[in-house]
Amino acid sequence: MADHKHSAKQNSGHAFVRAEDAPLLPPPATEAGLTGWLWQNIFASMADFSSAGASLRSACVAALTVFLLYFGFAQIYTLLDFGVFSAVWSDPDELKREACWTVDQGGGLPSGWHAACWPFIYAKHKFIMYGAYPSEELWRVNLSVLLGIAGLAYVLIERLPRRREVGAMMLTLYPLLCFILLTGGNLAIPFGSIGLWLIIGLAVISLGRLAKRGFLGSTLSEFHALIGLTGWAFVIYNTVRGFGAVDFGLEPIDTRDWGGLLITLVVAVTGIVVSLPLGIILALGRRSEMPAARLICTVFIEFWRGVPLITVLFMASVMLPLFLPEGVNFDNLLRALIGVMLFSAAYMAEVIRGGLQAIDKGQYEGAQAMGLSYWQSMRLIILPQALTHVIPGIVNTFIGLFKDTTLVSIVGIFDLLGAGQSAIADAAWSTPVQATTMYLYIAIIFFVFCFGMSRYSIYMENKLSKSRQH
Amino acid sequence: MARKAAATKMNISDEVMISMQAVNKWFGSFHVLRDINLTVHKGERIVICGPSGSGKSTLIRCLNRLEEHQDGEITVQGITINNDLKNIDEIRRDVGMVFQHFNLFPHLTILENCTLAPIWVRKMPKAEAEAIAMKYLERVKIPEQALKYPGQLSGGQQQRVAIARSLCMEPKLMLFDEPTSALDPEMIKEVLDTMVALAEDGMSMVCVTHEMGFARKVANRVIFMDEGQIVEQNEPEAFFNNPQSDRTKLFLSQILDH
Repeated sequence: MADHKHSAKQNSGHAFVRAEDAPLLPPPATEAGLTGWLWQNIFASMADFSSAGASLRSACVAALTVFLLYFGFAQIYTLLDFGVFSAVWSDPDELKREACWTVDQGGGLPSGWHAACWPFIYAKHKFIMYGAYPSEELWRVNLSVLLGIAGLAYVLIERLPRRREVGAMMLTLYPLLCFILLTGGNLAIPFGSIGLWLIIGLAVISLGRLAKRGFLGSTLSEFHALIGLTGWAFVIYNTVRGFGAVDFGLEPIDTRDWGGLLITLVVAVTGIVVSLPLGIILALGRRSEMPAARLICTVFIEFWRGVPLITVLFMASVMLPLFLPEGVNFDNLLRALIGVMLFSAAYMAEVIRGGLQAIDKGQYEGAQAMGLSYWQSMRLIILPQALTHVIPGIVNTFIGLFKDTTLVSIVGIFDLLGAGQSAIADAAWSTPVQATTMYLYIAIIFFVFCFGMSRYSIYMENKLSKSRQH
Repeated sequence: MARKAAATKMNISDEVMISMQAVNKWFGSFHVLRDINLTVHKGERIVICGPSGSGKSTLIRCLNRLEEHQDGEITVQGITINNDLKNIDEIRRDVGMVFQHFNLFPHLTILENCTLAPIWVRKMPKAEAEAIAMKYLERVKIPEQALKYPGQLSGGQQQRVAIARSLCMEPKLMLFDEPTSALDPEMIKEVLDTMVALAEDGMSMVCVTHEMGFARKVANRVIFMDEGQIVEQNEPEAFFNNPQSDRTKLFLSQILDH
């Protein structure tokens, strides 16, 4: 050490040769560990007293910090006090509303009491979760939800084998199963018409194949993907109808009896699952070099983005039946579902288009130069990167969609919020805290779902950015 | 050196690899390629040089239809490049291309980058594609990086991977579009060494490059382009020692004198 200093002094001119390495020292207390964290995040900004101005600033920062801490804790305490500490948790004597009345109102709670009345939620729990779904058939809903949770968990945990196959089942068999379980199937659809449409679908698929090989001229050959997709849409739709027409011995349950969280999940999950692939196709179409595809996709996206969801739902449930021929009547929930799907697909398309635009032109050229076809290069090269870039935007749209499902209550469908609101109207539970308790409960349910999605998206982003290191 | 050049010259066959006849191309109203006539035989190694904006990149990008020409005829291996997608697919399968900015796929490992096209375009089984990929990664001297992602490699290593990736399709012709222009000086040599080795194996090559040492060493012909035209072409010795056109002389004096 002394030697080193000495040699450094000797070479105080321009020339310098280091004789000995400078020692590696541990960091000061302000840089690492708990003290480091506290210093950097709290105390560093209020420790400067070198001048009058700096002292004033430090004092202000300190006062603000204390105030914010106090304010934050006070808010959390108020919420916990309302929901937990002072809340009424049980109603052993079946008093209903009187269990949550204060002395002034004729009950037993101290005057000025104001907290959650959870027995009200227990009593309405079935209605908030399932709506008017018959009690003895609830196992069908529970089974659908449990299978869904199990399948989703399996697909989201990366260590498990055969995730791809399970995922494919979740996207094909599972919706079909839910459809039959929840509605009961046995719809009055003649098998003849289903068979006819299946044959038409298969014929259209074959037409697409022929077009791809160029037997039908160059104009049709450019649209072979579109023709094939149309055929598949026919086949899939009629397969679903076919299964729906089979009598499985389940009691049919009209969707008007569905309600609560069940409706919210059905609308949100269908919207999420359909809007992503539809959004991808729309985004690719809008960036396509084919003017017709570009025009159709642009018009579709701009139309649905330009209309409020409430209007869409009103149109679907009130105006659409006016235009349909007499006797043709399809389900109110299905109409709302289609509206929500198309609406969110338009938003999703724009998010994904943002991701596509962020991909360097060289990636397209690299894929082209290797001889990959358009769909191969999209699937293998462009979309995996584009979708990774826009995970926050995609999840943002999912969360928005999940919360927007509450709008279906405007067309007489009792989703979670709608069910909660109609439960509040029950005079048997009429108390001053009835509405607040219900809204708190609904808010907690929404928060759990939305926060879960948000955390998973952050996890995915971290994981992807780590494995790719760029 | 002279002996080696003579030996490789003997590998050139009469088979025509590329033929461009009276090719013209415009970007909007800008006439970027003007009356290009060029014939390349199998086994030939062509270096194209010229000032920036002279159309050299556009020229080689027309050879695998990354750019569309509007006038004239281009055939590659006897297949005419036109709007027929089948012809274009067939040509791209047999023509490898290496880009200035590598264009590796950042979300795939080095090995996956190399096996992608053999698996999806040539429909090769995965194991076989991986064996071929490892063979070419060894040839460009980075087999140990196979499981890393492109972002973890240096520029020179990435460009060598890009060369290996093209070779995995076992192409008949390789196009190089300024392969060393985006590299730090100390990495240029490793890429050029790989390209020289490829040339010595008799690969037909068209290279757009400013590496005049490379041109002298491996090219059969050097082509000088300016303002969208081929101004001069000759064997490397004659081209560098005795340029004919004033524009060539000016260009050579600008890049060689400093």
